[in-house]
Amino acid sequence: MLRFLTRRALGAVVTLVVISAVTFFLFFAVPADPARLACGKVCPPELLEQARHNLGLDQPLFAQFTAWLAGIFVGRDYGGLGHCPAPCLGYSFVNKAPVFETILDRLPVTVSLTVGAALVFLLFGVATGIIAALNQGRPLDKIASVSSLIGFSLQIYFVGTLALYFLVYQNQILTRPQYRPFTEDPLAWAAGLALPWVVLSIIFTANYTRMTRSTMVEQLGEDYVRTARAKGMKGRSVVMRFALRGTLTTVITIFGVDLGALIGGAIITETTFGLQGLGRLSINAVTDSDLPVLMATVLVAAGAIIVFNIIVDALYAFIDPRVRLS
Amino acid sequence: MTIPAPAVAGPGKTLAAKAPETAGRSPGRLMWLRFRRDRTGVASAVVVIFFLLVAALAPVISWLYGKDPYTLYGQDTPGLLNDFGYPVLPNGGISSEFWFGIEPNLGRDVFMQLVYGIRTSLLIAAAATVLVTTIGIVMGIVAGYAGGKTDYAIGRVIDLTLSFPSTLFIIAFMPVVENLFVSPDEETPVWLRAVTLVIMLTAFQWAGIARILRGQVLSLREREFVEAARVTGASPARIVFKELLPNLWTPILIQATLLLPALVTAEAALSFLGVGMIEPIPDWGRMFLRGTQVYQNDITYLMFPGVALLVFVIAFNLLGDSVRDAFDPKIKR
Repeated sequence: MLRFLTRRALGAVVTLVVISAVTFFLFFAVPADPARLACGKVCPPELLEQARHNLGLDQPLFAQFTAWLAGIFVGRDYGGLGHCPAPCLGYSFVNKAPVFETILDRLPVTVSLTVGAALVFLLFGVATGIIAALNQGRPLDKIASVSSLIGFSLQIYFVGTLALYFLVYQNQILTRPQYRPFTEDPLAWAAGLALPWVVLSIIFTANYTRMTRSTMVEQLGEDYVRTARAKGMKGRSVVMRFALRGTLTTVITIFGVDLGALIGGAIITETTFGLQGLGRLSINAVTDSDLPVLMATVLVAAGAIIVFNIIVDALYAFIDPRVRLS
Repeated sequence: MTIPAPAVAGPGKTLAAKAPETAGRSPGRLMWLRFRRDRTGVASAVVVIFFLLVAALAPVISWLYGKDPYTLYGQDTPGLLNDFGYPVLPNGGISSEFWFGIEPNLGRDVFMQLVYGIRTSLLIAAAATVLVTTIGIVMGIVAGYAGGKTDYAIGRVIDLTLSFPSTLFIIAFMPVVENLFVSPDEETPVWLRAVTLVIMLTAFQWAGIARILRGQVLSLREREFVEAARVTGASPARIVFKELLPNLWTPILIQATLLLPALVTAEAALSFLGVGMIEPIPDWGRMFLRGTQVYQNDITYLMFPGVALLVFVIAFNLLGDSVRDAFDPKIKR
């Protein structure tokens, strides 16, 4: 297990370095001058030159990249322009703060949004999927498959805006989506995120219902399930101990993908509800040509996807003994 | 050679009476017969064809309806929009003249926007689907068939592509790519934006289909008929085109039918985020963007692209499921 994790972690680091290199070199083509941003609106040429030197922009491209990479581990000093302590992902002159601080500041919003919704859609989706599979062909199954088809085809920006209109502006059933730190006021935290959670859940539940149902149906036809039944095991324990276990691998695969994608920045959701999380941060970085922030958000998003992939693969081994690390 | 579909192998009990006819059925014909019996499949196919027809006949519809998607009716004719730029009539200004109402502020006809919008969305999605499928097929077959180092290299590229946060990347790159062709003070030509969108969507989507096909090729490669072909001295080209490809059409077709709606929604999402098609080209995604800006005063405007896209995606997903069932009766949903 340890060997597997080390190997995957090393692979993840390589992937992240490649992704940051690709991002770094490609973004260099962006028509933006970080030195001008650092220098301010009115900037005499010699000061601009100074800023360029302090930011390391007069260095060759590759040296700039290695300096950026090294900054993550040892921090960086931008001459008189600012200091950026150890996990330095760059210094944003738009926000006038080290990028790492901004990311830490926005991360709780995205994490709260994701975790709350994920709990709902995972539990609800798997439950409806099991119920549908056990009632194959009956009305309950039909209802589940029709509603999951609709949910699967809905778009966040459409349902989300409709929900905002009917539940917030027209009838004031829910409060306007906003983020309040959990540690300050847990109730306000939940109330502020209730609407995004509901909307995200409507859309994501569908996929879990579909996947759980189809895998469960498959599992119920497996020989070992029949054997368990033949040996006189009760229906409920057959479902819970055998069929569900086989279903979980599929569920965990998509759950890992979804979590990784959401934590990396639920761009559309955050835009629809006006939440200032990582997704919104990245969009603002694009509009402001704030390269350091953009680089960092891409890296965080890719990191989230990769980390959850590894977690999923490790979980397989716990659930399915056949996978135990070939 | 293709794997004979199970139904061909022997006249079944129920088909015994029609046995001589059954013998001559090709897999494609069997698929069609099975598909025709699937009522959901036929219904969704009708809806999909309806959408395609509307897209193809947009100019004819425009001529019959007597309006076009570019004229600012609301601004040209006083009394249609109020002082704030919202339609005077209730429900987004729906009337016998403007069937689906008027766009707030600009005052364009919503029905025409919607009809012409299908064209834009479908064209971009279809072009991307073709490209994605082609690249996916090539990469998947090469990786699966060549094996060894080639497989490893392609596999790593696929992994890398799938780890990229694609939406964020496309948004960030749109200005970069355009910067290469257009100087900042010039306006981006419409065709360039469309081409960029197609390329961007393709760049992040091919990996999924390539991975699926690679897996298929890996298992097909070990099958007896491929071995037999190799033993009889068939060239690699022959094995790929005559032995492998015919067996891959089913997964390819299924993936492509599921890919198209996914790309339509992806394009709409990009437009919603402000990096899709540019004015004045009608586009569903941009209707969403406008709709979410004005929804507090005019919710009707958002309903049309919303419902249209929902129906379109549902129909396409159902069609994809039916195609899969028709091709492969063994897989039951």
